[in-house]
Amino acid sequence: MSQKGNYDERDQRKHEDRSNFRSFVWDIGLLLLLTVVPAALIHWIGGMSHLSLPNGQPSDYDERAQRKQEERGEFYSYIWGIGLALLLTVVPFALVHWFPSMPRFQLFLVIGVFALVQMLAHFRFFLHIGFRQKREDLQLLLFSALLLTIMVAGTIWIMASLAQRMAMPS
Amino acid sequence: MSQQVFKHPGLNLGPAHGKDNDAAEGVMFGFWVFLMSDSILFSMVFASYVTSLNSTAGGPGPHQLYDIQSVFIETLLLLASSFTFGMTSLALKYKHSKTRLIVWLAATLVLGVAFLGFELHDFCSMFAKGGVPSRSGFLSAFFDLVPLHGLHVTAACIWLICLAGQIARYGLDTKTKLGIMRLSLFWHFLDIVWIAIFSVVYLAGLT
Repeated sequence: MSQKGNYDERDQRKHEDRSNFRSFVWDIGLLLLLTVVPAALIHWIGGMSHLSLPNGQPSDYDERAQRKQEERGEFYSYIWGIGLALLLTVVPFALVHWFPSMPRFQLFLVIGVFALVQMLAHFRFFLHIGFRQKREDLQLLLFSALLLTIMVAGTIWIMASLAQRMAMPS
Repeated sequence: MSQQVFKHPGLNLGPAHGKDNDAAEGVMFGFWVFLMSDSILFSMVFASYVTSLNSTAGGPGPHQLYDIQSVFIETLLLLASSFTFGMTSLALKYKHSKTRLIVWLAATLVLGVAFLGFELHDFCSMFAKGGVPSRSGFLSAFFDLVPLHGLHVTAACIWLICLAGQIARYGLDTKTKLGIMRLSLFWHFLDIVWIAIFSVVYLAGLT
C-alpha cells in the first residue's frame, strides 16, 4: 500500500517536472516570437525596400550602402546578444531546477561564471562596449569595476570573519 | 569603411546626426558616471544581502519563499525589453519612421510593466507566506535589494512615458534623441543588475 503511494508520488513529481519543462519551453518560445521574430521580419523587409529605392549620386549610394552595412552589423549584434543571454540564463536555471543534487560548490561556480559571462555579453552586445572608444571612457568602467570588487569582497570577507569569530550563525 | 570615431561609450548616433551627435559627448559621459555610481550603490546593497543570508532568525528562508518559475519569466521579460530597447535605438540611429520607434518603445514599456507586475505578485506571495521585511535580517536585506531594482525599473518606465510625451510634442530633436540614448543605457544597465540579482539572490538561494 505504502509502495503504491510512493509510486503515485513519484509519478506526480515526474508529471510536474514535465509540465514545468513544457512551461519553460513555452516561455522561451513566446519571448522569441514576440521580440526577435518581428524584429527580424521588419529588418528584412526594411532592407528589401531600401534596395529597390532609386539611387542618386554614386557617392550618395556608396554612403547609403555603407550605413546599411553598419546597420546590419548592429542589428546582428543585438541578435547575438539576446541569443547568448538566453543560453547563459537557461543553463543555470535548468541546473538549479532539475539537478539540485549537484554538489553545492560546483553549482555556485557554474552560476557565478555564467552570470559574469552574461554580464560581459550584455556590455559587449547591448551596450556596445569594446576597445574602440576613447581610453578614459573604458577606464571609467574598469575603475568602477575595481572599486566595486574591492568593496564587495572586502565587506563579505570582514563580515564572514566576524561571524566566525563571534560564533554567530553562518 | 573608415573607422568611426566614438564620442562616448555605448551606441553612438554617428556623424549622420550632425550636431546631435556632437551634443551627445558630454551628456552621455555624465550619464555613464551616474550609472557607475549607481552600480556602486547596488553592489553595496548586494554585499549587505550576502552578509545577512544566515540571519533568518527562525523565519522562512529562500527555499520557502522563492518561486523559480516566476523569476525565470521575469528574467525573460527583462531580457526581451532590453532587446526591444535595442531596436528602438537602432530605429533612432538609422532614422526609421517615428511610428516604428514609438512602437518599439511601447513594446519595451509593456514588457517592463509586465516585469513589475510579476515582481509585485512575487512579493505578495512572499508576504502571504510570512516573509515580511520585519521578520528577520535576511528578509530586510532582501526587501532592500530586490525592490530597489524594482524601483529603478519603475522610474525608468515613468521616464519612458515622459519621453514618449516629449517626442509626441516636440518630435525627434536633440533633447529627445539624447533622452532616448540615456534611457537605453539605463535600461540595459538595469538588465545587467537583474542578472546579478537572479544569480546571487534567487539561483544561489535555491541551491
